Amino acid sequence: MAKAKVTPPEMREYPVIPVLKPDAMKSDGPFIAKPMHQEPLNFPGELVDNWEEKAVEKLGDLVGRYRSLRVYLDSCVRCGACTDKCHYMIGTSDPKNMPVARQDLLRQVYKNYYTPLGKFFDKMGWEWGTKLIGAKKMDRSVLDDWYNYYHQCSQCRRCSVFCPYGIDTADISMAARDIMDHIGHGQKYCNEIIAKVYKIGNNLGLPEPALADTLEGLEEDLEDETGIAVQVPLDKKGVDILLVTPSADFFAEPHVDGLMGYAKVFHEAGVSWTISSHASEAANFGMFIGSYENMRRISLRIREAALDLGVKRIVFGECGHAWRVAYSFLNTLAGPFDFLDPKYPVPQHICEFTYNLIKEDKLTFDKSRNDDMVLTFHDSCNVARATRMGDFPGGQFVIPREVIKAACNNYYDMDEDTIHDLTYCCGGGGGLLTDDLMELRVKGALPRMEALKAVTEEHGVTHLAAICAICKSQFTKVLPYYNFQMDQIVSVHQLVSSAIILDGQVTDDDD
Amino acid sequence: MGFLTGFFALFFYAAVIIFVAGVGFKISQYARTPAPLKVPTMPAPLTRKGVAFRLFTEVVFFKSLFRANKWIWILGWMFHFALLLVLLRHLRYFVDLNSPLWSWVILIQPFGKYAAFAMLAGLVGLLVRRFTVERIRYISIPSDYLMLILLLFIGITGSLMTFVAHTDIVQLKNFIGGIMGFSFDAHMPSDFILMLHLFSVFMLMIIFPFSKLLHAPGIFFSPSRNQVDNSREKRHLAPWAAKLEEAE
Repeated sequence: MAKAKVTPPEMREYPVIPVLKPDAMKSDGPFIAKPMHQEPLNFPGELVDNWEEKAVEKLGDLVGRYRSLRVYLDSCVRCGACTDKCHYMIGTSDPKNMPVARQDLLRQVYKNYYTPLGKFFDKMGWEWGTKLIGAKKMDRSVLDDWYNYYHQCSQCRRCSVFCPYGIDTADISMAARDIMDHIGHGQKYCNEIIAKVYKIGNNLGLPEPALADTLEGLEEDLEDETGIAVQVPLDKKGVDILLVTPSADFFAEPHVDGLMGYAKVFHEAGVSWTISSHASEAANFGMFIGSYENMRRISLRIREAALDLGVKRIVFGECGHAWRVAYSFLNTLAGPFDFLDPKYPVPQHICEFTYNLIKEDKLTFDKSRNDDMVLTFHDSCNVARATRMGDFPGGQFVIPREVIKAACNNYYDMDEDTIHDLTYCCGGGGGLLTDDLMELRVKGALPRMEALKAVTEEHGVTHLAAICAICKSQFTKVLPYYNFQMDQIVSVHQLVSSAIILDGQVTDDDD
Repeated sequence: MGFLTGFFALFFYAAVIIFVAGVGFKISQYARTPAPLKVPTMPAPLTRKGVAFRLFTEVVFFKSLFRANKWIWILGWMFHFALLLVLLRHLRYFVDLNSPLWSWVILIQPFGKYAAFAMLAGLVGLLVRRFTVERIRYISIPSDYLMLILLLFIGITGSLMTFVAHTDIVQLKNFIGGIMGFSFDAHMPSDFILMLHLFSVFMLMIIFPFSKLLHAPGIFFSPSRNQVDNSREKRHLAPWAAKLEEAE
């Protein structure tokens, strides 16, 4: 459980593979959801009586509905390719954090109840047989391992890049969490937040009046800074663009500086836009818990807001997992979006929007305004491995970097084994960004911190830019554990905001 | 018809039926199970052609494994490619080599013959890794070792017949040709090594549809590798998800 003091692991001089420490991260896992967190999501409030049976039944249901799950559970040959690829394995040395071992927690139950050999051995009561094929009955120890170790996976997909069959542990941990939710054994953090989205409209529980207040304050700040009336509209009908952004953007540092950046870019592009109080959250925690139904219900808010406000386009702010749900799933979950302007992709990422303007030479930057920083870019896991930007594969790597480079003079990439599709998760993704998992979060950040340290020493990098609300919050928290400063993490559009010169803006240099 | 001939003929039929029906069932099961979400591991190809190329690099070169671990890649790829050559070489026992259609089978004979060593080396390497590398030892289950041992057994008995004690190959061809046409006049050569070889091959065929050997058809159905990256352009909807929508 939550520990006030966490000792971060030693940084490794060379990326050696750690010696296994079995049960190093064995615990009760994160806080368990109470009935009040479970019920709004249509899950039973607490562990149901015949949960073993129900869990097996739900597993069968999911295997029948998801080809990914069925193929992944059947295909693993335990070759070991993934064993040293997970940041939690690297940071904790717990063997059950090896992707294959994590998968096997579910696979052993699948084998016992849904493969011919497993069923046969189970029926005959031949224990040697179930051992031979690695099958296991559903019981309390299995459930405890599921709860603990499926909440030590940030669903970052790094293992799936290396798997010869593309087995994605993210899909398996989502399925496991869905099963646990269905037997009344959910995680408090995710489910409480989803309930808040249903009730109030966003993860932070920021009600409409408070949101309106905040945005008004931002408009004042923007005018103070630039002398120009840059608008940050809320629920404005008939505008061009609906901006859907993570609610952290509304007040936390460095998120909010990013939001001011979006506002300036929209202003400069001369497009009208609005935020919706109904869909005042880009993140979709329904994905973390593997619930199609909840993910869909959360997504539909965006469709409803777009219809209600009569917009022509939807643009997403900087948010990693949100961009996955938006880019890969939104059309499926809440489409078709035939009522929007077909000239634009639905949805678009704010980086694509800004990048296009840069390409068209429509933005003016004074890069020297960011000269107090030397930057590197952290590819957020879900953006890198589960989405795209632009019209070419790998655009998700190129476009944010081009945006940074348009706004900054000093940029260096981290080691090539830690960026692009080989990027390491920040350590807080996939529903783990909660204080009761602080030890895991600190340890899981190790590989990213090592790569950051290397560019700090080699190129004098001072700041890490990211396009994900979770990454930004996580780094703010864990950077100090590794002797960095919490404000060394910045938003990409914060850099844009600092360097952009609005049309008619009087700058200090002109004075 | 002697006991041996009858036993191996029946075993042959059973193995072929279980292998074909079992793998066929799994393939149709994979094909029938919907993939409700777009989940290709990015960056992914934007076209079907691109996906075919991606799968080609995975199936033929084990591209992802190459990125992951050079040792596993060398051993795994060497074993699989050698196994393919060995299998193709074995076609000579089933087809008419005088037919121009099969003349290439003659050409690859020497390659298939010596590929046996690469196959055995790969298998030994993979087995040694399972014992010696701590992480892989941790994740290995008994059937992982047995599978490698079974394959080694097949390779060793086969190699013994090729390089040490030849079996009566003419008689064997007659036997196989016979049972493939449901005729049992030609008897099974009473060669102990050959019996062990065939027995273990049939065992492998029987185990195939019930084990991790399903990775062979599995890779073609893996959504993270076989999906096109076009989610914004084309709405992807599973039948059960469409029903869910209609129910509202």
